[in-house]
Amino acid sequence: MTLLSVRDLTVKFATRDSSVTALNRISFDLAKGERLGIVGESGAGKSITGFSLMNLLSRPGFIDNGTILFQGDDIVKMSESQMRSIRGNQMAMIFQDPMVTLNPVLTIGQQMVETLRAHRKLSQKEAEQIAIVKLREVYIPSPEDRLGQYPHELSGGMRQRIVIAIALLLDPQLIIADEPTTALDVTIQADIMELLLELCQSNKVGLILITHDLGVVSQMTERTLVMYAGKIIEAGRTREIINDPQHPYTQGLINALPQQTQPGNPLKQIPGNMPSLAAIPNGCAFNPRCEYALDHCRTTAPEIVQYAHVEVACHEVSRLHSDKSEERSA
Amino acid sequence: MSTLETIPPPSLWVRLWDSNMGYSFRRNPVAVVSLIIFVAVALMAIFAPLVAPFDPYDPAQIDIMNSEYPPIWIEGADPSFLFGTDDQGRDLWSTILYGTRLSLLIGLCAVALQAFLGITIGLIAGYVGGRLDSLLMRLADIQLSFSTLMVAIIFLAVTQAMFGSETFNQYAIYFLIVVIGVAEWPQYARTVRATVLAEKKKEYVDGARVLGFGPLRIMVRHILPNSMSPIFVISTVQVANAIISEASLSFLGLGMPPSQPSLGSLISSGFDYIFSGSWWITAIPGVVLVVLVLVINLLGDWMRDVLNPKSFKG
Amino acid sequence: MNDMNPAQPLLELKGLEKRFELDRGFLETIKFRSGKIVRERREVHAVNNISLNVERGEALCVVGESGCGKSTVARLIAGLLTPSGGEIHYEGERIDNRSRHAMMPLRKKMQMIFQNPYASLNPRMTIQQALEEPVRYHNPEMSKSDVLEKVATVMRSVGVDPSWAKRYPHEFSGGQRQRIAIARALTVDPEFIIADEPISALDVSIQAQVLNLMLEAKNQRGLTYLFITHDLSVVQHFGTRVAVLYLGSVCELADTATLFENPKHPYTKALLSAVPQLKDDHPNHIRLKGEIPTPINLPQGCPFESRCAYANDRCRVEQPRPLQQADGSIVACHAVEEDRLES
Repeated sequence: MTLLSVRDLTVKFATRDSSVTALNRISFDLAKGERLGIVGESGAGKSITGFSLMNLLSRPGFIDNGTILFQGDDIVKMSESQMRSIRGNQMAMIFQDPMVTLNPVLTIGQQMVETLRAHRKLSQKEAEQIAIVKLREVYIPSPEDRLGQYPHELSGGMRQRIVIAIALLLDPQLIIADEPTTALDVTIQADIMELLLELCQSNKVGLILITHDLGVVSQMTERTLVMYAGKIIEAGRTREIINDPQHPYTQGLINALPQQTQPGNPLKQIPGNMPSLAAIPNGCAFNPRCEYALDHCRTTAPEIVQYAHVEVACHEVSRLHSDKSEERSA
Repeated sequence: MSTLETIPPPSLWVRLWDSNMGYSFRRNPVAVVSLIIFVAVALMAIFAPLVAPFDPYDPAQIDIMNSEYPPIWIEGADPSFLFGTDDQGRDLWSTILYGTRLSLLIGLCAVALQAFLGITIGLIAGYVGGRLDSLLMRLADIQLSFSTLMVAIIFLAVTQAMFGSETFNQYAIYFLIVVIGVAEWPQYARTVRATVLAEKKKEYVDGARVLGFGPLRIMVRHILPNSMSPIFVISTVQVANAIISEASLSFLGLGMPPSQPSLGSLISSGFDYIFSGSWWITAIPGVVLVVLVLVINLLGDWMRDVLNPKSFKG
Repeated sequence: MNDMNPAQPLLELKGLEKRFELDRGFLETIKFRSGKIVRERREVHAVNNISLNVERGEALCVVGESGCGKSTVARLIAGLLTPSGGEIHYEGERIDNRSRHAMMPLRKKMQMIFQNPYASLNPRMTIQQALEEPVRYHNPEMSKSDVLEKVATVMRSVGVDPSWAKRYPHEFSGGQRQRIAIARALTVDPEFIIADEPISALDVSIQAQVLNLMLEAKNQRGLTYLFITHDLSVVQHFGTRVAVLYLGSVCELADTATLFENPKHPYTKALLSAVPQLKDDHPNHIRLKGEIPTPINLPQGCPFESRCAYANDRCRVEQPRPLQQADGSIVACHAVEEDRLES
């Protein structure tokens, strides 16, 4: 069953004289309980996608076109009050920095009870009971004591656990996690990811994980979207994308990781930089950095098509593929 | 990459016009009008000898018989005196132009002195830190706990008594600049110190230290240029304050002498006649003073909105 | 021990310590504790008794999580901080107590690259000005044309087009800025570079570019690196030797290959297992209990004791000493010393 269905989502940012396109006709689906990764570098539009799904875009950004169907209702057309009943309740968001989500002058308990009572008719006592249960679910030791503490009294990893507990408070259908562990240390990061994975699986919660880290995506998600300059350029099962990427950018991204090269040898780098939104090249946005680019790549933008096991937006994907098989046989 | 190579770097004016500052200026009618008024007043004041029909400092051009003519739109006026004349028979329009010139000169010089003292002390306090910082900032606190006017009144009254009226009047402009300049340096010192403390933590300062640059070079070449925005903002406010301080002191008879009137002394000299019907001698310079201070403050407000990222309206 | 080395190490840290005082000023040290007014000084023990050698031509990586003191070590060596104890020797000469003028000749030999390319360039200086300044400052006798030539050469060597010289840093992307920051450090022709997380603020595809640039500079100029990072995959690629830091102490120091093949310290093992792998579906991630304690008032025994699965009574009271193992690595752990770990 489809939980979320995004069609031709276009987001623009108003500038002084005109506007720039931040998301260009994004379409994807998410089934109930499915875990989807959105990968890309800064400026690719992955965080904007997350914000659009929550209808949290603030000026100068606006949704220009497209539909976001969440359980059949179009979020784009919803009023702010309708949206508020969905946000936090059926859809929750986890940000990179837990201090952004947590209010520093309220105790953990106050924040959790407030969230619960805003959406459900509960007494203070009942709300506190639910809060304690949720805190226990995210493995917070002695949760009763934590309710009276302020966010600054807790460590970074603990705070992010509490943010996850708050996100799970109202048993949402979907969690959008925007770089949830980037601000944390490696050992803590692994713990939090494991926890998030476990909770999503046991509660059948859908997860959209926005990250730049391919390693995290490969361990957490079933399907992956790769974004570049505001477009989806490759989509498919995570395993297929990691093991056999089709788009030259995805290949470059994976090959650029230090693990992919013998120590001491130069890394396989992608030349150039991600274009700024104001100056996206004509044709395929990746063409100035692509070694396979031909004339038509510079003039016409490729449509996303099924190729091999994935969907990919590249004119030259078949040529690329035959080159690679020749390499392998040679 | 390629776009960077092809476009030549634009000139300073084009950059300023296209920058966020230029853009927000164009979009802000209050700022545009304020700047136009300020530039007009400043130009007229600077070129007062060319603009003014009379020279109020030249006794030969003053005729006591012309005293207290009203402005030309009131009955009984002499058409050669636009804003009428004062009690000594000076053309008020010319006197205001020369007075504005003096007020602006004193204001700007006093602020330059404040800025020099304050920036130097603030830079050293912020960069060196430790005990020197505490010492300098406590000095600033003490200085601020005296009101500017109180310090100025005591200082000017004492000097006037010491040197006698005549010598004092001759050097009044320098005394005013020094006293207003010295009294308000802590405003600059505090602001500069706060920005220096913020800039000092940034990595480019560490980079300069690793390259072996001396503290003077780091302070002047690296930190100071990055601390200019708040300095600009308080400068506008301080110019307005200094002009008001000067006017107040002159009004109290501790500033510019009536023979060389600034806006303040002009208002003061007309004050005696306000109830005998010659209101214009006080009112017209008063309006000029208010307008001048108001446009400077409005420009300062606009600049603070643009330069301060915290009050940025998104 | 050093006398046995025929070649002198480039840099030697001997028992380096750094403590930061939390309570500055007399009034802040006055505390009210259990009915009494006491005077109490709290200190952060950022670096505790670290001894390391950096050999000429190697790339020594220092890894650890936030708060382990790795950046403090870099800043101590660069002379941005003064050590609270211990000594730093460069080519056999002590440098930690030198005045700014006495350090001057060393500034040309030792340079630093910083983490945040958005803050490490002066926003009010053009690229040309930023690169010219160190050349002129250190070579006052150089003619104008030589300075320009030098700047253009360095710019080309890091892949920055000299025609961009008149532009300001904000006109460049993060990766380009980091190239310019590297160029600035290279203008004085250093032999030793301290790199404090130079790529962690950059995107993946740009990280590879900058890392390649640094490797290239190493090979062409014979540079020695001290490379501070939290990213183990970068260490594996870039480092010749690795020092793992935990709470300001070295827990393991080994050749890169040895460390990745056969990590010995329980913390190193946990750290390695926590890195998300691309193609491994079921990682056996070693869970550590708890989180990193604050470095204020350190525990008496092993710093890792509170999170270690092998900790016993000895670990709680006695600090382990760094001991050399059969394969050449140096490990500070009682459990390794007593052979209590199952492998």
